[in-house]
Amino acid sequence: MAILEVRNLSKSFDGFEVLKDISFDVEKGEVVAIIGPSGSGKSTLLRCINQLEKAGGGTVKVCGMDLIADYKNGKPVYSPAETLRAIRLKIGLVFQNFNLFPHMSVMKNITEAPVCVLKKSRQEAEKTAAALLEKMGLSQKANAYPCELSGGQQQRVSIARALALNPELLFFDEPTSALDPELTGEILKVIKELAKEKMTMVIVTHEMAFARDVADHVIFMDGGVIVEEGTPEQVFGETKNERTKQFLQRYNNDYK
Amino acid sequence: MSWDEILQCTGIIARYLVPTLKIFGFTLIFSIPLGMVVALLKMCKFKPVSWLVNVYILIMRGTPLMLQIITIYYAIPMMKVSDSAFLQNLFAGVDIKSESYQFNALIVAFALNYAAYFAEIFRGGIESIPKGQYEAAAALGMTKTQTFFRIILPQVVKRIVPASSNEVITLVKDTSLASAIAYAEIFRKAKEQMITYSNLTPLFIAGLFYFVMNAVLTVLFTAIEKKLDYYK
Repeated sequence: MAILEVRNLSKSFDGFEVLKDISFDVEKGEVVAIIGPSGSGKSTLLRCINQLEKAGGGTVKVCGMDLIADYKNGKPVYSPAETLRAIRLKIGLVFQNFNLFPHMSVMKNITEAPVCVLKKSRQEAEKTAAALLEKMGLSQKANAYPCELSGGQQQRVSIARALALNPELLFFDEPTSALDPELTGEILKVIKELAKEKMTMVIVTHEMAFARDVADHVIFMDGGVIVEEGTPEQVFGETKNERTKQFLQRYNNDYK
Repeated sequence: MSWDEILQCTGIIARYLVPTLKIFGFTLIFSIPLGMVVALLKMCKFKPVSWLVNVYILIMRGTPLMLQIITIYYAIPMMKVSDSAFLQNLFAGVDIKSESYQFNALIVAFALNYAAYFAEIFRGGIESIPKGQYEAAAALGMTKTQTFFRIILPQVVKRIVPASSNEVITLVKDTSLASAIAYAEIFRKAKEQMITYSNLTPLFIAGLFYFVMNAVLTVLFTAIEKKLDYYK
């Protein structure tokens, strides 16, 4: 059974359709990369699934739970608050600009949600956090504040923070777009490690080489629709689609 | 004035430090929470509420505090509701000459006025917190209340300390407006002494008292800012 099932998802901002009829599945342990030009709806797609934006239509199933329970007069009626909360806890989200809590130490950033949302004991939460920090290579930084860390370190903390809730699924919304190439490498390495551990991930990214390398499945979006999807070989190597070709070519030219 | 007279005068004025500090303290105790509520109401998505709050803030900031004090002082006894047991109780029988009525009317006026200023400071602070903080908290499954008290409010506090210190220092000086309804505090006593001695020195002494209080507050606020400086 797919861990995430999206069917005919749509979304408009003030009458402008940003997502049109989006359908895709994510299987357990799979890494899905979503690529496409800016404004193609990639981030909005993640945000709709994670309830940061309200969807306009379609269905979303996370671990068998429906995000939208019903439709009334063509408008979605969301599931009861308890289900929405349960869905939220199944998905971890890593933001482009980290969004760490600046007034909390690294340790507190990671333990806050396990303690106040999952009602874990502080001791237990700190044990989990220490293990995650070690994995991220940040054991030394537990008592530091976000403003004392580099962008790459901050992003690793935010990955640890998302993982601390033990989600089934991890979303990355352009996790390296705010970082320089060197720091980008740091983050990509962490994501690769997670992929090795069979963490299910959906990654919106502009790092084409990385997407090709790490993803099991690639989705190319443009103008709010899925233009093409398939294995990295199919999308990057042997695409027949003109729009995909054009987009990838521009990337290759820019980065040669 | 002789040194003896100055000393005696200082003693008399110093005795009225307590009423001045009482106005100061009670105004803060009531206006800060009230200001928080007003700020939240102003950000309310239900338009009529935020509209009403806007009118309240406009009036409180748009008219002199002295005018508000005198209005409230005379208006409460004139209101029909002042017959109610609750208000009778609250305003000590609404005896316009009693010191406790004077004090309560003053606190109502000061609290309503300062709440409007604090509300604007709080709102500015709350609105300056990036949207990403709310989104990160939501993505971690925190409720709206948890997000507000654990994530937003602590960051707001740091941001509003400089603006609030301005308000608090102004309040020390504004307590002198209580003399408008003949409430006995430092400023009124100093003015009385000034007339008795036909000399400006008593006012200068009162000025020193205000100055010292604000010097202490300035040191305190600098310390608070420094304490909150552990993150950017």
